[in-house]
Amino acid sequence: MAVIRDIMPAFQLLQPGTVADAQKLLAQHDADAWIMAGGMDSFDWLKDRIKRPKVLVDLSGIEELRGIRATADGVEIGAMTRLSEVVGHPLIKEKYGLLAQAAELVASPQIRNQGTLGGNVSQDARCWYYRAGWPCYRAGGNICYADTPVGRNREHAILHAERCVAVNPSDTAPALIALDAKFVVQTPKGRQVMDAEHYFVGPEIDITRMNILRPGFLLMAIQIPSTWAGAQFYFEKMRDRNVWDFPLLNVASAMKLSRSNIQDIRIAVNAAAARPLRLKAVEDAVRGRECSPATGEAAGKLAVQGAVPLQFNAYKIPLMRNLVKRAIGGVQEAAWAS
Amino acid sequence: MKEEIPPSEREATSLRLSRRNFIKGVIGGGVAASSAHYLFRASSLLGESSAPGDRLLTLNVNGQLRRADVMKQETLAWTLRYKLGLTGTKLGCDRAECGACTVLIDDVPHYSCSVLTHTVRNKKVVTIEGLANPDGTLHPVQQGVIDEQGFQCAFCMSGFILSAVGYLKTHPNPTRAELAHGLSGNLCRCQDYDKILTAMMRGAENLRKVSRA
Ligand SMILES: Cc1cc2nc3c(=O)[nH]c(=O)nc-3n(C[C@H](O)[C@H](O)[C@H](O)COP(=O)(O)OP(=O)(O)OC[C@H]3O[C@@H](n4cnc5c(N)ncnc54)[C@H](O)[C@@H]3O)c2cc1C
Ligand code: FES
Ligand code: FES
Repeated sequence: MAVIRDIMPAFQLLQPGTVADAQKLLAQHDADAWIMAGGMDSFDWLKDRIKRPKVLVDLSGIEELRGIRATADGVEIGAMTRLSEVVGHPLIKEKYGLLAQAAELVASPQIRNQGTLGGNVSQDARCWYYRAGWPCYRAGGNICYADTPVGRNREHAILHAERCVAVNPSDTAPALIALDAKFVVQTPKGRQVMDAEHYFVGPEIDITRMNILRPGFLLMAIQIPSTWAGAQFYFEKMRDRNVWDFPLLNVASAMKLSRSNIQDIRIAVNAAAARPLRLKAVEDAVRGRECSPATGEAAGKLAVQGAVPLQFNAYKIPLMRNLVKRAIGGVQEAAWAS
Repeated sequence: MKEEIPPSEREATSLRLSRRNFIKGVIGGGVAASSAHYLFRASSLLGESSAPGDRLLTLNVNGQLRRADVMKQETLAWTLRYKLGLTGTKLGCDRAECGACTVLIDDVPHYSCSVLTHTVRNKKVVTIEGLANPDGTLHPVQQGVIDEQGFQCAFCMSGFILSAVGYLKTHPNPTRAELAHGLSGNLCRCQDYDKILTAMMRGAENLRKVSRA
């Protein structure tokens, strides 16, 4: 795809200083408005002229959307908090290290200095065809260019694909699901607080969106309860290069052990499907069992049940099996028995 | 054009105020009824330019106040290079994927190809041109490059140096591995990484000497 090194097409830039002003501007411009947080997902769309919003609403001047605050039951992170602030914050590092680990593995230092947590969980799919402006299902068309015998689909979905095979590329999303985070969303009708996993939607619900945001909606903050503070965490991300590259697959888990038994666990993966997947069947299967390589192995096998490879991404199935195994059973040298 | 810093703060405050008025204006009646130079019609459409004063910014770059006529959609890299003549900032990918355009915004490294100039109105921008002392003494990290001859073509150099200067502000005493991690958002197409890192480590050492002195 040609890279255009010209100036982006013109738009109006609105820079509200409060959430109330932002809401009014969003209501006024409705579907013409594009919310900009750090812009690290937005600029590609605008520079490539694939999306042509008339109005950009820049949230960076809204103080109330920033910062990390201890709450009575955990911690609240403003949607506009930069990823590098999340990585470096003492409370996050000490008690919710899973999120710090995930955020630290996003993109590059400069992108983490600018990209926000809210933007990271709200970012769009990175499927080549979709990002290049091909009129695919996700773009409102009626074909998937990646799901063909010669389609470039090495990065694409192995689970829950429906027409569209793009994946959700966020590294922080599975960590937030494992930590049982709640997302606070301001809608034109009022405030909603939802479980992290319900923020994301797959193509069976809406093929053109990755999350529940609609025109006029604002993600305000992410709350992490203390339930999993200081639990045993595991985060692993596979990517081609150690910087910049999106996950080919990642896994995040939080586990509580009583002696060597798994007392409770939450585990999620991303880049396997169009939304980050909480592996509930795995959680249920391993709860109460010994935390051992054998349990990990069984968990890995269970995790990939129903997985369907495309032409170039079959590697993701053993990869996911192994990541889940390692998250639960620890990192082992030995290869798979079967 | 040079000015003293204090007026910048007055300027910044007045800009903030007029901005607030502007938003109120938009919300209130669909028309910004402000006499400030930020006035423009809320109905201004795609491609249609808004009132000329709306694009005039005063930016704090390398400790100087610089006025520029900046489009809303203009990136900082573009403004620095093509409006302010600061061509030491390079544009490689224009997609946040190479680091050539790295500058400091309030001391933190950012890809200037991926920042809208209008969002840094009240911030301090430092480019490669702003590192040396006015008397010509190089910044300790720049001196590290001279000491170790760290680059080949040096297209990536200003980005690397600003990443290093930014990183060293918060990590003054890094190991080689830590500094490599800190600089991992910069690519070198000549693949000169080992020597670059040696030069930046030397720069860190120079910087520690200077700050001890
Ligand atoms: C080269 C490159 C490599 C990358 N690699 C990775 C990676 O490895 N892992 C990874 O996880 N990410 C990666 N990213 C994505 C990057 O981390 C995210 O794009 C970034 O975190 C998004 O944050 P932002 O604030 O910059 O988003 P923006 O671009 O400002 O926003 C992203 C989207 O979310 C919406 N949005 C943002 N905030 C809100 C809000 N508060 N309310 C409502 N809507 C909102 C915007 O409208 C937009 O649609 C990469 C990006 C680039 C450019
Ligand atoms: S030009 Fe900005 S990162 Fe490449
Ligand atoms: S020295 Fe040539 S690009 Fe780095």
